[in-house]
Amino acid sequence: MKKKILIVDDEPNIVMSLEYTFKKQDFEVYIARDGSEALEILKHHIPNVVLLDIMMPNVDGYQTLKHIKNTDRLKDTKVVFLTAKNKASDIEKGLKLGADKYLTKPFSVKKIVSEILELLT
Amino acid sequence: MNNYALIAIIVVYLAVLFYIAFLAEKKRQSKWVNNPYVYTLSLAVYCSAWTYYGSIGIAANSGINFLPIYLGPVIAAPLWVIVLRKIIRISKQHKISSIADFISLRYGNNRFLGALVTIVCLFGTLPYISLQLKAVSETFAIMSDDSSYVSTAVIDDSTFYVALLLAIFATFFGTQNTDASEKHKGIIASVAFESVLKLVFFLIIGAYITFYLFDGTTDIYEKISVTENFKQLTILGGLEEGFNWFFMISLSFMAIFLLPRQFQVSVLENNREKHLKKAIWLFPLYLLLFNVFVIFIAWAGKLTFGSTQNAEYYTLLLPLENGNSFLATLVFLGGFSAVISMVIVSTLALSTMVSNNLIIPYGFLDKFIKNQPERNSKYIKNIRRISIFTIIISAYFFYVSFSKELSLYSIGLISFVIISQLAPSFFIGLFWNRGFSKAAIIGIIVGFFITVYTLILPFTLQAYTGNDDFTQYGLFGMPALKPYALFGIDFLSAPAHAFFWSMSFNVMSYLVFSLISKGNYRERNYAEMFVDSRNFTSLQDSALVWKGEAYVSDIKNVLVRFLGEKRATRALTIFFTKYKLPQDTQMADARLINFSEKLLTGSIGSASAKILIASVVKEEQISLVEVLKILEESKENIVSNKVLLEKSNELSQLSSKLKDANEELITKDKQKDEFLDTVAHELKTPITGIRAATELLMDEDDDMPKEMKEQFLKNILQDSDRLGRLIHNILDFEKLETGRLNLDKQYLDIHKTIIKAINSVSQIAAKKDVRIINKNVHAFKINYDEDRILQVLTNLLSNAIKFCEPKTGKIIVDYKLGNQFVEISVTDNGKGILEEDHNYIFDKFYQSKYQNTIKPQGSGLGLAITKQIIEKHNGKIWAKKGKKIGATLVFTIPFK
Repeated sequence: MKKKILIVDDEPNIVMSLEYTFKKQDFEVYIARDGSEALEILKHHIPNVVLLDIMMPNVDGYQTLKHIKNTDRLKDTKVVFLTAKNKASDIEKGLKLGADKYLTKPFSVKKIVSEILELLT
Repeated sequence: MNNYALIAIIVVYLAVLFYIAFLAEKKRQSKWVNNPYVYTLSLAVYCSAWTYYGSIGIAANSGINFLPIYLGPVIAAPLWVIVLRKIIRISKQHKISSIADFISLRYGNNRFLGALVTIVCLFGTLPYISLQLKAVSETFAIMSDDSSYVSTAVIDDSTFYVALLLAIFATFFGTQNTDASEKHKGIIASVAFESVLKLVFFLIIGAYITFYLFDGTTDIYEKISVTENFKQLTILGGLEEGFNWFFMISLSFMAIFLLPRQFQVSVLENNREKHLKKAIWLFPLYLLLFNVFVIFIAWAGKLTFGSTQNAEYYTLLLPLENGNSFLATLVFLGGFSAVISMVIVSTLALSTMVSNNLIIPYGFLDKFIKNQPERNSKYIKNIRRISIFTIIISAYFFYVSFSKELSLYSIGLISFVIISQLAPSFFIGLFWNRGFSKAAIIGIIVGFFITVYTLILPFTLQAYTGNDDFTQYGLFGMPALKPYALFGIDFLSAPAHAFFWSMSFNVMSYLVFSLISKGNYRERNYAEMFVDSRNFTSLQDSALVWKGEAYVSDIKNVLVRFLGEKRATRALTIFFTKYKLPQDTQMADARLINFSEKLLTGSIGSASAKILIASVVKEEQISLVEVLKILEESKENIVSNKVLLEKSNELSQLSSKLKDANEELITKDKQKDEFLDTVAHELKTPITGIRAATELLMDEDDDMPKEMKEQFLKNILQDSDRLGRLIHNILDFEKLETGRLNLDKQYLDIHKTIIKAINSVSQIAAKKDVRIINKNVHAFKINYDEDRILQVLTNLLSNAIKFCEPKTGKIIVDYKLGNQFVEISVTDNGKGILEEDHNYIFDKFYQSKYQNTIKPQGSGLGLAITKQIIEKHNGKIWAKKGKKIGATLVFTIPFK
């Protein structure tokens, strides 16, 4: 069974690279351009992992994470933050909220893949 | 009428008064006793036998000359609200018990001054009381058909017994309390009652004579106007008479304040200050009523008796002549009422003065210090009782020796002139703080002696020597020293003349000696308190000019002697509580000294209180130099306090400024942090894109489709452009914000610049199929930096294009000339700007919550930079509010 990933980011160029990469890794890829779109998708799908940007219009990454954590249906879904916010305080906040991993931009595509795969085994 | 019947009537009447006084004392708090009417009626103690009988004598002999004596008080009444209220306030605060106390306190508790005032009051009042006795005696004689009244022996003289009865009455109700500043409600109630009786009876007899014996006022007038000498009775005679009137009015004006009995009823017995308000109109009304019939009674008497009878007693003689002895008895009782009230209040006031200002401070103080408190209080009461008896008996002997030859009216005026000698130190001292005790003493003595010389000596000498050489030829035969025409002033009546000269010298002495002497610290302090009575409490409490050492226990001992253990302890407890001092305070300060003096003043007078307290206080004499130094210091303190206050205000202002600056710094720091964060984020985004795409393209194992490769390469290009733009904008913005940008202003046509801007965005517009309309085609030259304004216009146009829908989009660029500026607007028909965003769109990196979900390609600095540029041109930029469709951004460039 194909692993499912939801990529949530408002930067189309970045999304494009990630989408290409994870499709190559045989993931079923869902894409959302902000938190609200992500929540809409999560109503119908239960991905194995959500790759989540923080600074987004409307519903941001933090709110999206909280929603996932509060949804019983999504209790097995891992959440990984992928953001430009790389201050120690930001990282601490992200992990405290319950993110499984905190990855920062700019990133190496390979590194992201290995981190996600590691998380899912 | 039978002698004994008359005496019986008198005794019954006295019993009634006794009962009223007794009731009032028993119900001290009742509103029957404490109301403005009783207060006003008690003021009518002013109308003594002199008014009741004497006025008619004057009216009969010299026309309307009786009026000035009432005009003075009528003029004074409105001033009571200011003057009398001040006096009442001071007296209450200081537990003043007499006018002697009042004056001596004003001049620093001066013992001698208090004694002097007492003596002046004694001299002024004794003849006055004797006048009352004379009236009683003579009316008694008229009423009685028995001629034995004029007895040569005191023991047979009924007047003597009447005097004794009065003394008992005054003693009983006047000395219930040791503290003379306590109210004498019994006496006041009986005085008020008597005031009603004397007025009513006088009006009854007036009406009886005018309307019963005669046919009304016109009848009397018509009859009298045909008699000889009538003219001189009704008109004012020339300038001289004018002066007489002026001085008489002044005299009675002063008397209403200064007469011991008036001071007693108007100040000391005043319950509430607001009672004054009623008194100021009711009292003049009372006087008016009293004088309504005077002239007609006088004329009626003259028509009936000619010059055969003493005109002063027409009110008795007329009813008796017509056989109406009942009415005559009423009149007699009315007159008797006037007598009793005057005698009792006067002796009460005098006895307090004599005991507190004369006897106690000059002889009994040492004794008091050694005595037990109960005995002290008994002593004080006994001194007063003896004083009352002595005064009344002295008045009786004065009457026996002198008054028989003098008219009521002239005796009354002698009293007035003597009492008026207190006026300068009293009135001027109330409003001028430079008046000092030495000046007051000299003024009073000088004035008193001039009065004696010009008024008392002549008739005394005449009474003894039987000739009028002194009056005729003056002292040592010098015409300038004639007692009734001093220095050639011969046109005034004797009292007016005496008043004029004594007052002139008195006032002059007072002013001159006040100006040349300096007074001690105590005087200055009290002078200040009296003059500025509103600051009274603070001045009284100020420990400014007192230097000395005293133990609380010593002071307490003194207090105990007069107040008793219980009251003394309670008073001290109250004092310590009030000033937040510990109850076991050892050393007394100036406030306690003042407080204790005040406590004792009621019992023994202010001068004695001062002496007593001083006896336990090691008071160091403060030299004038020291006082001045203290004053100077306190002045410096005030000044330096002021400077300190200003400094501290400055400091607090500075510190608040610092705080603001610090907060601003913190905010700026925070903003800077946020700015850097945002910048970092904005820079990282395209770099992330570039980095990811490059990594994917570089993977040689991957067989990426060609179109995918092209897409990634395009993305890299796009992100690089974005990055470049961003860096350019950041630097630009930084330059603008730190003010390092210099505008290259030139005088150019704004219209051409607008066209340039439209051209520069025409390609992007065309791509989206958005129309741009340049509405105003007129040229207008102003001063501006073209590159920068171009940047602004391009920015606004790009934004407009960005938010417009493809194909239907329409943008209008327009400009108008304002009063002093050009107003340029860019309007689109896009999705518009939310009301709540209007204030933020010009903030750096602000992005509306409701922006396109696809992130528009912008640096987030465009509008922030635009705003900076416009502001640099001294213009303004804003988004038009209340638009339904699209957005309009407007900016101005001023020209001049």
